[in-house]
Amino acid sequence: MKVAVIVFPGSNCDRDMYHAAGEVAGAEASLVWYTDTHLLNDVDGILIPGGFSYGDYLRSGSMASTSDIMNKIREHAEKGRPVLGICNGFQILTESGLLPGALMRNKNLSFMCHQEELIVEDNENVFTKLYDKNEVVRFPIAHGEGNYFCDDETLNELKANNQIVFTYKNNPNGSVADIAGIRNRAGNVLGMMPHPERAVEALLGSEDGLRIFQSMIANWRSSNAVNA
Amino acid sequence: MKKVQVYITLKQGVLDPQGKAIQTSLHALDYPEVDDVRVGKYIELQVEEGPDLETRVTQMCEQLLANPVIEDYRIELEEAR
Amino acid sequence: MQLTHSINPVKIEQDRLYQDMGLSDEEFEKIKTILGRLPNFTETGIFSVMWSEHCSYKTSKPLLRKFPTEGPNVLQGPGEGAGVIDIGDGQAVVFKVESHNHPSAVEPYQGAATGVGGIIRDVFSMGARPIALMNSLRFGPLTTNRTKYLFSEVVAGIAGYGNCVGVPTVGGEVQFDDSYEDNPLVNAMCVGLINHDDVQKGIAAGIGNTILYAGPPTGRDGIHGATFASDDLAEDSNKDRPAVQVGDPFMEKLIIEACLEVIHSDALVGMQDMGAAGLTSSASEMASKAGTGLEMNLDLVPQREQNMTAYEMMLSESQERMLLCVKTGREQEIIDIFEKYGLQAVPVGKVIEEKVFRIKHHDEVVADIPVDSLADDAPVYHMPSKEAEYYQAFQQMEAHRPNVDNHGETLKQLLQQPTIASKEWVYDQYDSMVQTNTVVTPGSDAAVVRIKGTDKALAITTDCNSRYIYLDPEEGGKIAVAEAARNIVCSGAKPLGLTDGLNFGNPTNPEIFWQMEKSVEGMSAACEALQTPVISGNVSLYNQSKGKSIYPTPVVGMVGLHESTAHITPSFFQEAGDIIYLIGETRNEFGGSELQFIQEGKYEGKAPYLDLKIETERQKKLLSLIRKGKIQSAHDLAEGGLGVALAESLFADEVVGAKVELSGNATVELFSETQSRFLVTVKPENQGAFEEVFADAAKLGEVTADNKLRVKTNNETILQEEAAELKALWKGAIPCLLKSKA
Repeated sequence: MKVAVIVFPGSNCDRDMYHAAGEVAGAEASLVWYTDTHLLNDVDGILIPGGFSYGDYLRSGSMASTSDIMNKIREHAEKGRPVLGICNGFQILTESGLLPGALMRNKNLSFMCHQEELIVEDNENVFTKLYDKNEVVRFPIAHGEGNYFCDDETLNELKANNQIVFTYKNNPNGSVADIAGIRNRAGNVLGMMPHPERAVEALLGSEDGLRIFQSMIANWRSSNAVNA
Repeated sequence: MKKVQVYITLKQGVLDPQGKAIQTSLHALDYPEVDDVRVGKYIELQVEEGPDLETRVTQMCEQLLANPVIEDYRIELEEAR
Repeated sequence: MQLTHSINPVKIEQDRLYQDMGLSDEEFEKIKTILGRLPNFTETGIFSVMWSEHCSYKTSKPLLRKFPTEGPNVLQGPGEGAGVIDIGDGQAVVFKVESHNHPSAVEPYQGAATGVGGIIRDVFSMGARPIALMNSLRFGPLTTNRTKYLFSEVVAGIAGYGNCVGVPTVGGEVQFDDSYEDNPLVNAMCVGLINHDDVQKGIAAGIGNTILYAGPPTGRDGIHGATFASDDLAEDSNKDRPAVQVGDPFMEKLIIEACLEVIHSDALVGMQDMGAAGLTSSASEMASKAGTGLEMNLDLVPQREQNMTAYEMMLSESQERMLLCVKTGREQEIIDIFEKYGLQAVPVGKVIEEKVFRIKHHDEVVADIPVDSLADDAPVYHMPSKEAEYYQAFQQMEAHRPNVDNHGETLKQLLQQPTIASKEWVYDQYDSMVQTNTVVTPGSDAAVVRIKGTDKALAITTDCNSRYIYLDPEEGGKIAVAEAARNIVCSGAKPLGLTDGLNFGNPTNPEIFWQMEKSVEGMSAACEALQTPVISGNVSLYNQSKGKSIYPTPVVGMVGLHESTAHITPSFFQEAGDIIYLIGETRNEFGGSELQFIQEGKYEGKAPYLDLKIETERQKKLLSLIRKGKIQSAHDLAEGGLGVALAESLFADEVVGAKVELSGNATVELFSETQSRFLVTVKPENQGAFEEVFADAAKLGEVTADNKLRVKTNNETILQEEAAELKALWKGAIPCLLKSKA
């Protein structure tokens, strides 16, 4: 499976994502600079990493969400191919409208970085098939603006369509409905604040994030086997 | 040349923790009369005049300067110096 | 309008305007001799910054020479952006610590942020990828609103910059003492990883080669003090000049990536960051080091503000700028790389044969200075030194033994002392995990960062107990180095070397200079004994206010190497049934201790004694046992002694307790701060192997499953506490202080 890790000016988890998806999970990963849109033509999955794209100036993810490459990513998503946005990547996905809602400043106004326990609320999508529903997993969080917000109508829709994928066991940032990660209705676009790519090796404290990447790869294999 | 002033504020109903923190500090400084604080952004643009200036600035707000999910905006135009 | 020429050289001399820039009469005379004429305004400014303590180390140089700086693995000692030590397999570690005390006292957020930015540039300008940050911070007691503000904003500034730039902040230390009330210390350390082949030097070599300026345009940032409020300049709206530099971590991130791409081009000759004294120091040092001269045209320098003078451009401390020397004819290759990242890189000058530093502005030569005179001819002062009066009095004091009725309550008090209490409130705001290498996150003796693609890891720590150094600079200096090495060894690594961040008061005070001299001697002795050369460092003087000097605070930043990740050893107790040992005997030593401060509200008497031979031997023995897999956990004993160390050992996520029995005086055993001691746990089956090496270690008891801490002496329980309760007090202390009203 070929996956591209998009590098925006100011991305800083790009190489971590590359390491996790490629060197650890075994996908054929490449780093793609945000102007090299043509390199996305033949990739199977797109990963938008964390960091501070454009310094997070104006609003987190806002400037990156208006760049050309987002059109390419939107096309890719519309074809049902996987798109995963983590942390700043999630912010970019909401800013661009690929996922509903917005990410605001943490309730305590501070950046926070530590392990959090998450509950897997949905395992019917490309990225969480290898988890059990209601399983508790440990992922690090590292964000200043991870406070997920949406209006009641959107929240009801998210709930009705099982689009809430992860919730926090102990909500650290004030997110609506303890939301840590959501997906689109089709289940091929996932955005989440916690960092699965930082939880793929026991040496670093948790391997719980590895199955996100393995689910994506397994899903690609099975769908490709069907097509072949 | 016009000076375009864009005022961006959080929508009513969206929690503003920064505003709350400022309010708490103002109370601590003995300004109990402060009933609410909302923090926003102010953006100033120098824009060349054109027939659809206002429309275009509105588009700028919708596309980039404000996030319609959580923010409202207000535009003011004045002659640039 | 050329304001630089509106003040003519004669007036600078007559009105002694050079004094406002920090030059003495003698120094001005020396400049006249070097030039064979009077310096103009710009030249006077250039000399003043190059001969400042910050750039020339004019008062500390005689002391710095005492440090051992060489060793079999040292690839680059002091003198370049940062020092470099070999770690095998063609790789090396690059590190340095730098202070940003004064800027942080003025504007804590930006002061701390730009401190982080500056030290990162020092490291990547060597060609290394920055992989970890540490901070050593000192504040007054958390009782005033001002101190709480300084503390919160410094932490926010470090977080704001470090998190954005994508270098994990993996640890550090924060201490609180009266002496830092008006003069907080902000020392940042950066560690980088490099392949031997990629090591860069800041040189401008090759006659005719081009000097490129890269990064954002120059503004009037950081031009303060020296820029006089003279009438002649009043028309130039002096009041609008920002004295505080503002950092842009987004820009820095782009510069890092661009520079790390540029180093792989053989068109690059040398590279240096524009730190203190900006263009002046980077350009003149690059030429001086290469034995060349340099000519620069300021009209070509990108400028953010209008009507900037040569003086302003040469002294500006605008952030995130780099100076590169590039082979002539190949400039475009380098410019293209910067452009990819949306950055500007422009030729501003060239390397010349004549060894002068020549600056042109508006078709006029505004500075023409023999280049070596800026670095090599900087004055060196041998300051008078006088043993501090308090020291003799302290040495005469009898060792005091505190009275403790309730050891449990005392332990709780100690755990809530801000210097001992959990710093989670601080480090939770730092991204400590980005780059996915952090094995041991903040909160342990040393942070551990693995090296991808190998089985190796690096241990990093910063340490300095300035109370001991105040009581006894020489003994305290030894302790600072030894404690850092102890932390590295406890984590399972071999200490490689260190960087020093020397923070002192006013060196013209002979008693302060004596503190400097003695602490450097103590540190040097410890460096020799522990074979940890000093490979880089920084000096910050005049840290005083209202006539009160800070405690002498020579911060030690040390890096060690784990030859295998299997050697990484936690500082927390691991498993019920493990045997608890204390390595090292305990003496009645409370001078400078946390308990002394709680009981007496001051520090006095003798500092703890340190025997370097014993220290070295114990560290070696412990490391060999760790490498053989015989040690479950290891923790060094520091502030608060054994009692605090025992409690801290129970504060991991795993729920364990401890049952120990002490012999001797309970207060001394629990709270004395005797040096060279380690608290370790060993699996029962390794008891024999352990005791063979440490025959004289005291077997204290064992790790239990119940999350209680129990201490007995002479068969009597003197302390029994719930670990969870102790942990809650320890964790809550700093947030509680920050919330309480002043």
